[in-house]
Amino acid sequence: MAIAATDVSKDRSQARQKRMIADHFDKLEHAKETGKKVVYTFVPGNLTELIDALGMLPVLPEINALQSGMRKKSAEYIAEAEKAGHSEDVCTYVKCDIGMLKSGNVSPTGTRLPPPDLLLLSYTGCFTFMKWFELLKQEYNCPVVMLHVPYQADGMITDEMRRYIVDQLEQVVIPAMEQVAGKKLDMQELEKRLALSAKAEDDLVAVWESARHRPSPIDGYFGGVYYIGPIFSAFRGTEDAVHYYRELREEVTARMATGEGPTTPDGPTTNEKFRIVVEGPPNWTHFYDFWRMFSREGATVVASTYTRVGGLYDLGFRHDSRRPLETLADYCLGCYTNMNLPSRIDLIEQYIKRYDADGFLINSVKSCNSFSVGQLLVLRELEKRTGVPGGFVESDLVDPRYFGKANIDNRLQSYFQMLEGKKRKGAQ
Amino acid sequence: MIRERLDPAAEVLARAEVLADDLEMRSVRAFKEANPTALVVGHMPIYAPRPLFEALGCLPVAIFGAGDQLDIIRGDSYFQSYICHIPRSTIELGLSGRLESVDAMVFPSICDVIRNLGGMWKLLFPDRLSIYLDLPQNFDSAIGGRFYAGELRRIARELEKKGAKPLQAEALLLAIADENRRRELITELDALRREDPSRVRASEAYTVVRAGAALTARAHADLLDEFVTAAKQRHVRHFDNVRVVLCGSFCEQPPLALIRSLEKAGCDIVDDDFQLGWRMIESAIEVRDGEDPVDALARAYIEQGRPTASRYIADEIKGADLARRVRRLPADGVIFAAASFCDPALLDQPMLEAALRQQNIPFTSFKFAENTGQFQVIREQAGAFSDAVKLWGANV
Ligand code: SF4
Ligand code: SF4
Repeated sequence: MAIAATDVSKDRSQARQKRMIADHFDKLEHAKETGKKVVYTFVPGNLTELIDALGMLPVLPEINALQSGMRKKSAEYIAEAEKAGHSEDVCTYVKCDIGMLKSGNVSPTGTRLPPPDLLLLSYTGCFTFMKWFELLKQEYNCPVVMLHVPYQADGMITDEMRRYIVDQLEQVVIPAMEQVAGKKLDMQELEKRLALSAKAEDDLVAVWESARHRPSPIDGYFGGVYYIGPIFSAFRGTEDAVHYYRELREEVTARMATGEGPTTPDGPTTNEKFRIVVEGPPNWTHFYDFWRMFSREGATVVASTYTRVGGLYDLGFRHDSRRPLETLADYCLGCYTNMNLPSRIDLIEQYIKRYDADGFLINSVKSCNSFSVGQLLVLRELEKRTGVPGGFVESDLVDPRYFGKANIDNRLQSYFQMLEGKKRKGAQ
Repeated sequence: MIRERLDPAAEVLARAEVLADDLEMRSVRAFKEANPTALVVGHMPIYAPRPLFEALGCLPVAIFGAGDQLDIIRGDSYFQSYICHIPRSTIELGLSGRLESVDAMVFPSICDVIRNLGGMWKLLFPDRLSIYLDLPQNFDSAIGGRFYAGELRRIARELEKKGAKPLQAEALLLAIADENRRRELITELDALRREDPSRVRASEAYTVVRAGAALTARAHADLLDEFVTAAKQRHVRHFDNVRVVLCGSFCEQPPLALIRSLEKAGCDIVDDDFQLGWRMIESAIEVRDGEDPVDALARAYIEQGRPTASRYIADEIKGADLARRVRRLPADGVIFAAASFCDPALLDQPMLEAALRQQNIPFTSFKFAENTGQFQVIREQAGAFSDAVKLWGANV
């Protein structure tokens, strides 16, 4: 669910991220020669530290799908999957991934992806993940191991939930991973990685918090998806990620000191007019068009829920190396889409207040029931509770057929005009 | 009267129709009046542990949305256009006051729609209890089974706090026995339909099973018994129809008229996953000597749960169960009928189709919504399928 660095900015951190990703895909391309085992798994609630500690390499199909969207390949992949009998009604990430597989499994960076040695099906906050790997299981002749993560239906994590996950990790998931890896898990290695994760998480939270400053030095949605790239994907628990987030934090702090706004597709901004909170994933096929609809109006996203799908570190969670399996359980349980609707509303309300937002916008994504079901109620509740106006647009993740550019642009323009009017009235 | 003389099952069927169509929840209100302190527990598809609710002195009520009987006015304003229909009509039922007598609603973990609907219920009806039932996807009794038994006990505690009777082992044993009798009669009904689909049409079986939505297991079993006994006495005319299995309608239900249209198009539906919850546990729930009946209820789900889209299938090819079912019945082909935008059913379908293709089992597919009013296209499609199967069998 996160994206990789492109050349939007020339920051040091961005260059590092690009290098990290290129190295990773290089390792994947040569995995068979080097004997490295390859694990396909998902972003929310991923077990990266565990995969890494066992010397395996993760592939994240969601990231491939969104990258395909950004690189304008998704339409053909989706068509390929629909031709093969997949319904037009279902999540387009799945179809994009299957279409990519059927077209040769060439990664977004152009390298060929190795087939998985293991499908690690841990699904946090979305049932489609289960179906996705059932589908992939039919394509690959490899073992699948399931980690079922219970849902925070009452807005909290209970001991029973934690125990259920730890039981599965101990008795099912780790043994299956060890068998594929061909070695035993070294607990110390895992603990070391968990400690590195916590360091990077501290710095990421500082980056999110910087958006409280005026003007915000970051865009917490469009820019934010770059920031979550390493930590939500293959790099959490690595020295690389620690360096990346340290550098990023320094860059953001420097921008804050000089009063600089975030970098956008059209360069750095300084004219922050509106501070917005966004709920829902972005559209990837028209990512920059969508971003420009905001940046052109001087709208900066100060916080977003999408950037919390792979961990809610700003609510205080940190990977804790002293209780390795329990901490993995808490991590899986705590991702944004694993929170019930009332908790999601509480969180967005908190963001609106904490980041002093002028408005909030919901991008309702056709593909994603996990996010989208209930969003119209989210809109009403938030307006009622905060008095802050909400906007609502509809699009899709990677299916360009569902991004009505003119329609979304019109809606956003009217929305920003309304915010402008409200501001003027407030000033009078 | 004439109808009854001609058909010994007509009277019980008519009663079942009234119960199955009871959108105003008259029978539930009557239950409330007779048992003012008892709770009514509504539950969404697919499966909920009804014996647990009965043991707590509650009346379980299966909620399947509003079908094609209700204009959706408020429900639509809560959902985007690309989401299935059942949450809209369920919200409509709630906001229109039709579920006023339902004290608690249970939302089983089958998909993101039902899951989020549970959260919406908490916000829209704060004075009622909204319970999420987290069904395990780990099917080891010591892991998933223990977690699920814990879930059942948690739910019992929540209902007790709301006024249900405390959970007693004896009461649960009785409720399980009642459930087993109901299950046995549904099995008998299914066998009757399978052996002679002209004797019991799928639409009739559907109605008689659906009639149990707001009945105790005992009352439902009595009704089923009456119907089965009467159906056995029917004089039947046989038609040259094809035998099909219908698959994909485990949650949102097609309108009854659609099922009848398929029958009119020459398809004998000899097996289906309509209202799958009643058949989710594949045989009797067995309580072992010395076993806590809560654990037995959990174990039945773990060990005897029927494969369906919302249940992870770890150790065999997806669709193998469906193909086996077709062979065993036997049936001539499969009709996939999924609700539009139903992620679990529609994501499952290509895998099931592949399994059928591999075994040369013909199939066709369409989508529906619970309030679909036009069946002409579906009827023509089913008719063409049935003709083709008759003509060419597996080579369709
Ligand atoms: S439904 Fe949503 S959360 Fe689930 S895989 Fe698709 S995009 Fe991701
Ligand atoms: S019809 Fe399908 S998507 Fe809709 S609530 Fe039921 S299972 Fe979920």
